[in-house]
Amino acid sequence: MAKYVLDRRLFLRRSGTAVLAIGAGGMAVFRDPSGAWAITLDHLDASTAETLLQLARVLYPHDQLGDMYYAVVVEALDGAAEGDAEAQEQLVSGVARLDAAAGGRFVDLDPEHRTAVVAEQIGDPLVQKVRGTAVVELYNNPLVWPVFGYEGSSADEGGYIDRGFQDLGWLDAPSAEASPPAYRG
Amino acid sequence: MAAPYDLTDDGVVVVIGSGAGGGTLANALAQKGIDVVLLEAGNREEPSTFVNDEWASFLQLSWLDPREATGSWRVARDFPNLPAWICKTVGGSTTHWAGASLRFQEHEFKARTTYGDVAGATLLDWPLELAELEPYYEAAEDRMGVTRTHGIPGLPGNNNFMVMYAGAMKLGYNDCNTGRMAINSQPRDGRTSCQQLGFCFQGCKTAAKWSTLYTEIPAAIATGKCELRIDAQALQIQHDASGKVTGVLYADADGNQQHQKARAVCVAGNSIESPRLLLNSASAQFPDGLANGSGQVGRNYMRHMTGSVYAAFAEPVRMHRGTTMAGIITDESRNDPTRGFVGGYEMETLALGLPFMAAFLDPGAWGRDFTRKMDQYANMAGMWLVGEDMPQTGNAVTLHAETRDAHGLPIPDVHFDDHANDVAMRTHAFAQGRAVYEAAGAVDVYDTPPYPSTHNLGTNRMSERAEDGVVNRWGQAHEVANLFVSDGSVFTTGGAENPTLTIVALALRQADYMAEQMGSGAI
Repeated sequence: MAKYVLDRRLFLRRSGTAVLAIGAGGMAVFRDPSGAWAITLDHLDASTAETLLQLARVLYPHDQLGDMYYAVVVEALDGAAEGDAEAQEQLVSGVARLDAAAGGRFVDLDPEHRTAVVAEQIGDPLVQKVRGTAVVELYNNPLVWPVFGYEGSSADEGGYIDRGFQDLGWLDAPSAEASPPAYRG
Repeated sequence: MAAPYDLTDDGVVVVIGSGAGGGTLANALAQKGIDVVLLEAGNREEPSTFVNDEWASFLQLSWLDPREATGSWRVARDFPNLPAWICKTVGGSTTHWAGASLRFQEHEFKARTTYGDVAGATLLDWPLELAELEPYYEAAEDRMGVTRTHGIPGLPGNNNFMVMYAGAMKLGYNDCNTGRMAINSQPRDGRTSCQQLGFCFQGCKTAAKWSTLYTEIPAAIATGKCELRIDAQALQIQHDASGKVTGVLYADADGNQQHQKARAVCVAGNSIESPRLLLNSASAQFPDGLANGSGQVGRNYMRHMTGSVYAAFAEPVRMHRGTTMAGIITDESRNDPTRGFVGGYEMETLALGLPFMAAFLDPGAWGRDFTRKMDQYANMAGMWLVGEDMPQTGNAVTLHAETRDAHGLPIPDVHFDDHANDVAMRTHAFAQGRAVYEAAGAVDVYDTPPYPSTHNLGTNRMSERAEDGVVNRWGQAHEVANLFVSDGSVFTTGGAENPTLTIVALALRQADYMAEQMGSGAI
């Protein structure tokens, strides 16, 4: 399999991700040219990866999240193809179906038309595979949690007993009978 | 004798499962000097190895062996291989439970008498009454450290509770507080007080929440009369020609089959594995499964009427901070058929982290409508609705016709269809949950469908008459005197309350009965 780099500068210029082959070998690198992020792909070619990334974004569109967060979904799909040629083939053939439904390359459509194609293809095994992977991988990434106001692990911070478990502030406090004071030793 | 025990020692009581029922029973028996071998299918974790990470913890604690969900319930569509969210680890689902510890109401032990003949439901009265269980409820609350009992203060309410409380008061509800919780509100029993981690479901890393993992089980082992064997998957209960059970065949950590002889066997694998084990123990003498002459093993599967309501507000809530379920409205738990259904339900605070919110808010949903809801996460409050569902003969755990597990045994199929009463109750509960949050100023309210079942009940139910159930009022099999069931599968009906306290109370009562029966030589 060829080695690829998905180049963010070309992506920005062409409004579709572009591919830069960097040689032959077993691994592709899917990276941000600024060096902010990169993922490695062992099984997927860059064109397939690009389509899967955009499909994940259509399924779970958050304008405040950059592509690096959706690339994590692609990385997971690539990882799931490890030692599973059939899974890899299903991703490739699924992308071909998606392109066929798009009447060309899915990634060349504008966002509105991508959404329409996905709505039409929502029962397709590829779309469901990417949806099921994305709903876990996108929201299970600690790097996105601050964007949503979720704070992750708390035990290492001593929990919230002194860090705002009662900091609501915009409703009257419950009675002391309903909500007794916290034990503080 | 003292632990460890020989496989050929036929003087031991084998308890299968180390959760609320099995872990408590093992300790209660050991404290009486009875020799116990406690088999646990899972591994052993500790508070220090629990992780504040929803998916990682799910993989660490959950029962993930293959199961199938069928029927018209939405879980069968969304999670076809995960009918239940329960655990395979020392401590069982007491590692994962939220801690809500409510007694059944008196009328809930008399469901058939109180609710009458509900079409399509297989209602029965329990073969025991509240008054008989009360001393055991007292004992259970004391050993579990249940707040608002035994002079133990209530827990402090978190942000999520503040929203529930404000809405409940504005709506005119009377009974809303931080509930009766088996979570230390102050240090007790050598365990610290709640530090408001917000990860009750992931195993309590401070051990403030009661779990058999670090209470009952070490106490049992300390007597020298209980041997815990982990990674020990029970495969079959064996019996002699007289119809008495003689031991348990199990697979050890290396996958090798072992046979432990026994004086009595207590099955406490939760309401899917317990009936599955009895069905997989079929023999020439018990062709339809051990203790299944009535055909009731696996039937009458109940999972509580459930649902969740999440509401988004203009201001932040941060519901993930603090004790997950320390908040309850009990006004709807009464039986009041004028609402359009029999039985009642509880409304309890519930929060999910972002990863599980994505998985459970509306399984299968996608696109801007879904992500707009997810964008409201920090401003969301949440509650769980949990009420009595109707037992039905077709709601059943059965053996899969084709699929086998790693040991070559049929996997369980968990079939469930909502009863019309369940649907009417859920519709009412969704409307009331919405009303609570709208009274508190919600800008959006979302009805969330049931999660994979956490309360699994009824599949080896207690009955007065042998033909109506599987076990008698002591959890003793109608057909096999030295075979007991010691988990929530013995529930005749489900009640509106979270079941763990009742499971523990029944286990303590069963231990007294077993000791008496063994003392008199009846077993």
